Amino acid sequence: MRYRTLLKIGPVGFRIGSDWRAPIAALDDLYRDYPRPDSDIADFTVRLFAARWWRRFLRPSVMIGGDYTIPDAAPLPLSMGLLAAEMGMNLQMALGHRRYLLVHASAVERDGRALLMTGMSGAGKSTLAALLTARGWRLMGDEFALIDPETGLVHAFPRLISLKNRAIDEVHSALPGGRVGPMLADTPKGDLRHLVPDARAIEAMMRPATPALLLFPAFGHALAERPVGRAETFVRLTQASTNFVLLGESGFTALSHLVNSVPVRAIDYPDTPGAIALVDRLWETLA
Amino acid sequence: MTGRLVVESLRDPARCGAYSSDQWNALIAAARAEQLAGTLAYRLTGLTLPEPVAQIMEDARCSAENGRTLALWEAEAARRALAPLGVPVLLLKGTAFVAAGLKAGVGRAIGDLDILVPRGSLDAVEAALLDAGWEWVKPDPYDDAYYRQWMHELPPLIHRERDRMIDVHHTILPLTARITPDPAAMIADAGALNNGLYVPCPNDLLCHAAAHLFADGELAGGMRNLWDIHCLLEEFGTGELAERSRLHGLSAPVRRAVRLSHRLYGTDVPDAWRGRAVSDALFVHRLLARDGWGRVRPKWVEHVFYLRGHWLRMPPVMLARHLWTKWRKGYRPVG
Amino acid sequence: MPVDLGELIALYHRPSARTHLVGSPVPEILDALGEEAMDTQQLLDALQRRYALDDADPQALAARLAELESVGLIRRA
Repeated sequence: MRYRTLLKIGPVGFRIGSDWRAPIAALDDLYRDYPRPDSDIADFTVRLFAARWWRRFLRPSVMIGGDYTIPDAAPLPLSMGLLAAEMGMNLQMALGHRRYLLVHASAVERDGRALLMTGMSGAGKSTLAALLTARGWRLMGDEFALIDPETGLVHAFPRLISLKNRAIDEVHSALPGGRVGPMLADTPKGDLRHLVPDARAIEAMMRPATPALLLFPAFGHALAERPVGRAETFVRLTQASTNFVLLGESGFTALSHLVNSVPVRAIDYPDTPGAIALVDRLWETLA
Repeated sequence: MTGRLVVESLRDPARCGAYSSDQWNALIAAARAEQLAGTLAYRLTGLTLPEPVAQIMEDARCSAENGRTLALWEAEAARRALAPLGVPVLLLKGTAFVAAGLKAGVGRAIGDLDILVPRGSLDAVEAALLDAGWEWVKPDPYDDAYYRQWMHELPPLIHRERDRMIDVHHTILPLTARITPDPAAMIADAGALNNGLYVPCPNDLLCHAAAHLFADGELAGGMRNLWDIHCLLEEFGTGELAERSRLHGLSAPVRRAVRLSHRLYGTDVPDAWRGRAVSDALFVHRLLARDGWGRVRPKWVEHVFYLRGHWLRMPPVMLARHLWTKWRKGYRPVG
Repeated sequence: MPVDLGELIALYHRPSARTHLVGSPVPEILDALGEEAMDTQQLLDALQRRYALDDADPQALAARLAELESVGLIRRA
């Protein structure tokens, strides 16, 4: 592969190869403060490639490949090469990672304790996480929370934060100094822009935290909160985990421990200021 | 080029101590692409490795263990569904290796469950499996009719809840192939496991592996299949293998398999089994065609073997008709 | 090994590497079966001794057992 880069995010090292320079240049720019993998040996390989040699030049479209792939994945136009790289890394984690239990959740940390927010796509996990970093929380990740089966601690995996549509402006107002990637219009999920985690998140990325509160946020309803039973939490977390089954018994133990040791609430919110206030109050009383 | 790195690392793990980070990255990607990550991880046990590699290998071993558990459970589920029929059920390939505790099963990646049953019992087996929660993967009637008439197995079945496939064979090569192995002999000489399932005798495991490697497929996954053969040869040797392969009409594939196992993996076999045939070179090319990014390179070998795979399975007239029908429906070969 | 989650119990079944969430009477049935094989009536009697059942219906029990068999948690001896 003509163009390549190595990068480490939390405990996971990636090697990314590409038939085009642009996606690698974008990664090198946005992830410039991130370390390289230990000994330059990557945990996963991602490939951004042209399906046919002429697709490199004519209406170039990027196929996503790597150690772990799904068949029939649709390619993206080269203008969205950065998104393709991020999706490629997601695929490797979702299909191949087994060192930690992966939960599809955002995670932020305060005083060594972590708030996890999980749920459906579009529920606002990434946006809320980004906004909380403007209020003194350390970002651990917006896509995956990594739970250590041995210790029960959450480990950070601070990728570029994906902000969509209205959230782009909202977060920009709260974090005017934040570094952002290019505006990607008309992606399969609408307008998308990546926010680079701040210096504090990058510097602290190898420091785990104790999970202290788990929230299931849902956007678009009147402000409300309710407790969630442990059985329901268990089921919803297995649905939110890509590798629960792969991990076997250690996954089971890690999830059981999390469910039995952390307070859980489902929250509905009509707007982010309301959500933030509710989060603060729940953290005060429960965490 | 990295194909050769994988083969040499499996053959002589101690040489990995001198690898650079580029070599490790290439080796890991190629091994994963060849479904050999677990095998490699077990071969490297006990060696001093760079920390990231040690963790990757530990993960690969755990994955293989998990895969082994799931494979044995699939076998058990099939056993429970088929036990009332009273027909012999032979495990094949990876599941057979792990169920029988063979070296070939160590670290092996296992996808589907492959079993062999007497042809006469196929209808009953099919009914029992459907009853126990398996269902057809493909509903296409053309493929189905073709399959049932000519293939060596039922159309693919997948379990509704567990989402795992089962391949039910009644012989080990398609009926349209030029070679016709003897499934009755396989069944007659199979070894019994404690749970009532059977495993082919070692020479039959070797014959099947060679048939699968050369006479049936496009040689995708060939590096792993050849490693299976290497392990079987190491564990059981070549005693009476010549005679058994003659019985199945598989002498040529078996001889080639043993030659290539010796050539690539250094398997210790008697002189009579060594040597080189001119045509071995093309097979070696295909077996080693993997680059440091996990891609098949050079690409042309893949196309050659795709055509060859079809040709072996079907007489030319049937192949033309089959490809015509498939083309009319809009299929394209992979690549 | 079974994990109490309040309304339900989570079980990890090692041979199949699968997790099951079960509610009464499943944990009680599994517990009563233990290592020994029993027929439906024996099991019903054992459950009745331990748990004071109001309506001990052999058909209902047979249905529960069939479900457990189909997911692989128990098998016919």
